[in-house]
Amino acid sequence: MPLLTASDLQAIGLTLQVAALTTCILLLVGTPLAWWLARTQSWMKKPISALVAMPLVLPPTVLGFYLLVLMGPHGPVGQWMQALGLGPLPFTFGGLVVASAFYSLPFMVQPLQNAMEAMGTRPLEVASSLRSSPVDTFFSVVIPLCKPGFVTGAVMCFAHTVGEFGVVLMVGGNIPGVTRVISVQIYDHVEAMEYADAHRLAAVMLGFSFVVLLTLYSYNGRRTQGLTA
Amino acid sequence: MNGLQCQVMLQRPGFTLDVDLQIPGHGITALFGPSGSGKTTVLRVLAGLEPQARGRIAVRDAVWQDSAQGIYRPVHQRALGYVFQEASLFAHLNVESNLKFGFNRTPVSERRHGWDHTLGLLGIEHLLARWPRELSGGERQRVAIARALAASPQLLLMDEPLASLDMARKAEILPYLERLQKELDIPVLYVTHAIDEVARLADHLVLLDAGRVTAQGPTTELLTRLDLPLAHGDTAGAVLTCTVQAHDDADHLTTTTFDGGTLIVPRQAVETGRTLRVRVQARDVSLTLQHQTDTSILNILPGTVTALAANSPGQLMVAVEVGASTLLARVTTRSAAALGLVPGMAVYAQIKGAAILG
Repeated sequence: MPLLTASDLQAIGLTLQVAALTTCILLLVGTPLAWWLARTQSWMKKPISALVAMPLVLPPTVLGFYLLVLMGPHGPVGQWMQALGLGPLPFTFGGLVVASAFYSLPFMVQPLQNAMEAMGTRPLEVASSLRSSPVDTFFSVVIPLCKPGFVTGAVMCFAHTVGEFGVVLMVGGNIPGVTRVISVQIYDHVEAMEYADAHRLAAVMLGFSFVVLLTLYSYNGRRTQGLTA
Repeated sequence: MNGLQCQVMLQRPGFTLDVDLQIPGHGITALFGPSGSGKTTVLRVLAGLEPQARGRIAVRDAVWQDSAQGIYRPVHQRALGYVFQEASLFAHLNVESNLKFGFNRTPVSERRHGWDHTLGLLGIEHLLARWPRELSGGERQRVAIARALAASPQLLLMDEPLASLDMARKAEILPYLERLQKELDIPVLYVTHAIDEVARLADHLVLLDAGRVTAQGPTTELLTRLDLPLAHGDTAGAVLTCTVQAHDDADHLTTTTFDGGTLIVPRQAVETGRTLRVRVQARDVSLTLQHQTDTSILNILPGTVTALAANSPGQLMVAVEVGASTLLARVTTRSAAALGLVPGMAVYAQIKGAAILG
């Protein structure tokens, strides 16, 4: 008997796809959002910050429930999707990615925002005095100086998406090859009393999480030392 | 007009900046004043870092801002160099890439200083491969100045570039600043609250107080105007520009002339014909009515009292016109009364000491 079953491998493949896609989407969406939050003096900053942080404190089932209602055939997003001639999102791979993006948003935005705030406005002023336009400055100064924030955000976002369960169950359900990710697969194994299978998959997750965090901390530690030396 | 004209206003809660500046096209102009007087704000307004500021800014023939006509160039379209109090080098770039940052973004047609010339001016050729964190404070500031110059600015703004450095580091950078003062053909605005730096570097001076200009003009003139605070206190004194005439190696002396007469100073390792900035402090000048001959003092210059002002209890500051220059002398009120000092009176200024500034 192989170490992992075919359905286990399918679940792992699917999970990695969801996590990679979610991380890419959040790099694109989270970067301007974090930049705005780091720079703005608008009264909107606090309410928006609170909204971004909500997935940290909400039970994932609550987030999943509301996303299901919004994206369902009678919800506003669902109606809009239908008007565009696109299919419904719930219980599809696309819906899973959208839900994951909401769920992991703070894990991308917060490290980025912290890095951008810590950088301050001085490098921006220096760059502008050296004939660099705002867009030029963003790519040639902000992104390199905030690289630890980008690395932390992307890694945390990926790892957190890999580990999601509640939101998946609410929005994606449990369709093999479409929405059945690792955490759901483990749940299934346990439900079916396949403890040995559950153990193997759970151990993979445990090892993965540890290695990811260890790598991240080593990277950030080395970086901090380098900059203060 | 090849200098800088700036007439701007900026309102903030509890502070209004309202200045009208005429800055010559070359040489260093010091912005001098107490903290909170708006020195740094003037630089930020000129750079375009304070978008709320209203008014008109023209550098050479280019209008950078004219609120009445709706002209406002953003910072990156103003050909300026800005040296901040902390060097603020980009931590993710090595020295060479820091220097290239502005250089590469300057159109070739606008490049004025050669790359090698800029490096040589600040003496940083050997630092190119280093990282900012590997430099001393003085080296960082030199790189920051070179980085600003490499972008071929039409105006150089320096915000207390020595303030964050210790005495040794300051001494290391000052000679480079003097070279800039002599060699750059663009206006340099230099914010400082150190009178030493003003005396040593500034050709022109703008005095600021509470967001307004209290006086502006040549440094030598403003330092000796008794109606201004600079001409009072312990550090008051005149700055003279002297031309080296001859050296006397036996007595270890150098004879110089300035537009008021001859001044003998300790032997300087400078060729004849070169100029020296010499500071003569008010506390080192005494006045006599007769030309003393039986005295150890070498420098005795005839002049005319132009003004007297109270300095501290028991002491007066006296402005003495010597040729086209003005010296300050600090005397006791008792001596002034004994000599009967009044404006218009002929006196002899006896100079006990002169500091060579470079």
